[in-house]
Amino acid sequence: MMGFGKRISFATRCFFSVLSRGELPEEIAPEVVRGLSPPVRAPEPTPAPAPPSAPTPPPVEDSTDRAVQLLALLQRDGRLVDFFREDLTPYQDEQIGAAVRELHANCRQSLEQYVRLEPILDGEEDQPVTVDAGFDPASVKLVGNVKGQPPLRGLLRHRGWRVSEINLPSLSPQGTGRAVVAPAEVEIQ
Amino acid sequence: MDTRFIVGIDLGTTNSAFAQFDTAAPEEEARIVVESIPQLTNPNEVEERTLLPSFLYVPGELDFPKGALALPWDREPQLFAGELARKRGAESPTRLVASAKSWLSYAAVNRTSPILPWGAPEEVRKLSPVEASAEYLGHLRQAWDARVDAKKNPELALGAQQILLTVPASFDEEARELTLRAAETAGLRHVTLLEEPQAAFYAWIDAQGEAWRKRIKVGDLILVCDIGGGTTDFSLITVSEEGGELSLRRVAVGEHILLGGDNMDLALARLLQQRLEGEGHRVDTWQLQSLWHQCRLAKEKLFAEPKSQKQPVTLLGKGSKLVGGTVKTELRREDLERVLTDGFFPVVGREEMPARQRRIGFQELGLPYAADPAVTKHLARFLSQQASAGDESGTIRRSPSGFACPTHVLFNGGVMKAGILRERVARVLDSWLQAEGFEPLGARGVLDAPDLDHAVARGAAYYGRAKRGRGVRIRSGAARTYYIGIESAMPAIPGMPAPLKALCVVPFGMEEGTEARIPGREFGLVVGEPAEFRFLSSNVRRQDEIGSLAEDWGDEIEELSPLEVTLDLDGKEDTVLPVSLETRVTEVGTLEVWCVSREGRRWKLELNIREKDEE
Repeated sequence: MMGFGKRISFATRCFFSVLSRGELPEEIAPEVVRGLSPPVRAPEPTPAPAPPSAPTPPPVEDSTDRAVQLLALLQRDGRLVDFFREDLTPYQDEQIGAAVRELHANCRQSLEQYVRLEPILDGEEDQPVTVDAGFDPASVKLVGNVKGQPPLRGLLRHRGWRVSEINLPSLSPQGTGRAVVAPAEVEIQ
Repeated sequence: MDTRFIVGIDLGTTNSAFAQFDTAAPEEEARIVVESIPQLTNPNEVEERTLLPSFLYVPGELDFPKGALALPWDREPQLFAGELARKRGAESPTRLVASAKSWLSYAAVNRTSPILPWGAPEEVRKLSPVEASAEYLGHLRQAWDARVDAKKNPELALGAQQILLTVPASFDEEARELTLRAAETAGLRHVTLLEEPQAAFYAWIDAQGEAWRKRIKVGDLILVCDIGGGTTDFSLITVSEEGGELSLRRVAVGEHILLGGDNMDLALARLLQQRLEGEGHRVDTWQLQSLWHQCRLAKEKLFAEPKSQKQPVTLLGKGSKLVGGTVKTELRREDLERVLTDGFFPVVGREEMPARQRRIGFQELGLPYAADPAVTKHLARFLSQQASAGDESGTIRRSPSGFACPTHVLFNGGVMKAGILRERVARVLDSWLQAEGFEPLGARGVLDAPDLDHAVARGAAYYGRAKRGRGVRIRSGAARTYYIGIESAMPAIPGMPAPLKALCVVPFGMEEGTEARIPGREFGLVVGEPAEFRFLSSNVRRQDEIGSLAEDWGDEIEELSPLEVTLDLDGKEDTVLPVSLETRVTEVGTLEVWCVSREGRRWKLELNIREKDEE
C-alpha cells in the first residue's frame, strides 16, 4: 500500500486538479488508477558520443544552388550571362551574328556535357502523330481545335525536351561562392 | 621478369598517355588497351581522358577555393597535372610548368635543381625538370593504383609491373639517365627505355598484325618521321634477313630538334594577330592565347574539310562588351599553305641545310628552339649525314653521293595527323629520291599509322611483349658514339687549355646486352680519391671504332657531364692503381662504364650530371 505521506500529497493534488481542470494530474493518474500505462518520461539527455571520423557529410543543398551552378557553367564555358546582360541595340546584325556563332558553339558543348536532353515525342515536325490516352499534360500540350478524348490525331509542331540525364559537378563547400555565377577578373600587371 | 601487366608509357612534351597489356587475359580477348586517365578538367570536376596534358600547375592560396582540387587519390594536392593545369596555366602562366621534357634534355641548365616554372617569382614553389617529369609519371601511377585498388592488391600496383617508357631517339645518355631517375622518383621500379620512333613502328606492326611482313621486304629502308607538339625526331630502320626471318634494325638517329606543332600553331596565331592589328584592333596577350586556341581548331577544321577555303575565327570581347568587343577574322586555306605547308615544310632540294643554330643567351629565350623552322631542311640534313655514317650492316640504301634513300616512310606525332602535311613530306621525299635515281615512294611507300595520339604508348606495350618473346623486335643499340676525354701529354702552355683527344668507348650501334673492353689503355687512379673522366658523345660520327682516338673534331663531338668514380680498396689508400675501362649497353637502354683492375676488381663510374657552361 502507498505510504501515508504520499497518499496525502496525491489526494490533495487530485482534489485541486479535478476541481480546476476536471482531470487527474498526468503523472499521478497511472499510480492511482488501475490499467493505465506509465507516462513516457523525457529521456535524460545522454552525452552525445563522439562522432566517428567519417567523411564530412555533403553540404546542405539549396535547390537555388543548382540553378546558380548551371548558369555559372554556361557562363564559364560559353559566356551566356554576359551575352544576355549586354544591350544589343547599337549593333549591326553582322556583328551580333559573328559573336553568336561562337557563343552558340561553346554553350552547346557545355550543355551537352552536363545535361542530356531527349525529345518527348519522337517524330518529324509537321507530320501526323497520335497522342495516347493517359498522357501527361505537363509533357504534351494540345493546341488548336482541341476536342474529343484521346487517342487523338494531330500534327507534331514541337517535339518537346526532357532531361534524360544530368551530371553536374559537386558543389563547392558550404558558403564558398555558392551565389557566384562568374568570378570578377583582375589582371595583375 | 614476368609481371602480370606490360605497360607502355609515352611521356610526351605536350601530352602523355599509357597503354597496357594484360598477360592474364584469355588469348582471344588479349589486346593492347589505351588507359583512361582521370584528371582535373575544371575546379570540382575530375574526368577521364586518354591523354594527360604534360602541364603542371602550382596553385597559390589565391587560385582556387578550398577543396576544389580534390583528386580521387589526394584531397588537397599541392600541385596538379592535366587539363585544368593547362587551362589555368594559360590564364596565370607564372605558376605553370610546361615542356619539362625539353628542359630535361637541355644541358645548359642544372636539370636536377628547382628551376621550373622558368622565370617564376620567388613565392612560387619550384621543381626541377626531373621532379616535374616524376610528377606526370606519379599521376599515372596513382590513377592506375586507385583503379586496381593497389592497397588491397599490391601485386597489381603500377610500381610492380614491367614498364616500357619512351624517350626521343635523339636523347643523349644524360637525358636518358635523368628520365630513369624521374621514373624511380615516381615509384616505378622495372623500367626499360624505348625510343619513340621505334615505338611508332611497333604500333604499326601491331596494327597490321601478321600482314606487316608482306608490306616490307629485305633491303627496305624505313624513315620514321615523328613530329609532336614540341620535338621533331627522325630515325632510320633497315630490313634484312636472319635465319629466314625478316630482321629489323634501327641504324640512324637524328638530332634533337626543338620544333613541333606548338611552334606551328603559334605561327598561325601570330599571322592572324598581325591581320587584326592591321585592321586597327589591338590584340593583347590574353587574346593571343584565345587566338592560338581558335587557330588550332580552325586549322583542324580546314584540314578535315578539303573543300572549304576559310574558317571564321572570332575573338569575343572582354568583360561585359561581349558582342560589342567581338572581332572577327578568318583563317584561310592559303594561310595554312603559306605558314604551315610552305613555312615549315618547304619544297627544298636535298642539299639545302637548315640555318645554323644561333647562340643567343638562354636566359632570354629559355629553351633553345630550332633556329630554322623548315622541317624538310632538317630532314635533308639527316639523310645527308648518313653519307659519313659507319655502315656495319651495309644495308642502308644510298645514292652514290651517300644520301640515304628510304623506301618507306612512317609518320608519327600529332602534327602528322594532317593529311596535307604528310603529302607534302612524301612529295619532297619523292623529289629527292627521283633526283638520286630511285623510284618515288608512291602510295605503298607511305605506311599508314592509325591513332597517332596513342601510337607511341601502344607501341611501347608491344615492345614489352616482344621482349618476352611475343612479337618481333627491332635491334638497336647505342644511339650515339660515346668517348672519354684524354688530355694530351704535351707540355702545358700557360693560359691555354690542354688539347683534348676523344677515346671511343661505346661505338654507335653497340648492341644491347653486350660489353666491350677498351683495348691497350690503362689509367692510373689514386685509391681513395675521386677520379673524374670527361665524357663526350657524337650523333654524327658513326665510324669511330672502340679504342680509336679522335682529334680536332670541330662541333661533331659534344661534351656531356663527367663520369666519376672513387676506388675503394682497404689498406691501399693513396697508392696508384692501374685500371682499364669496360663499357656495357644494358637491356634497360642505358650505358655503364666500369673501371677494372688487373686482378679483376670492378668499380662503376657514375654520371655526375652538371650544368654545362654556355659559350
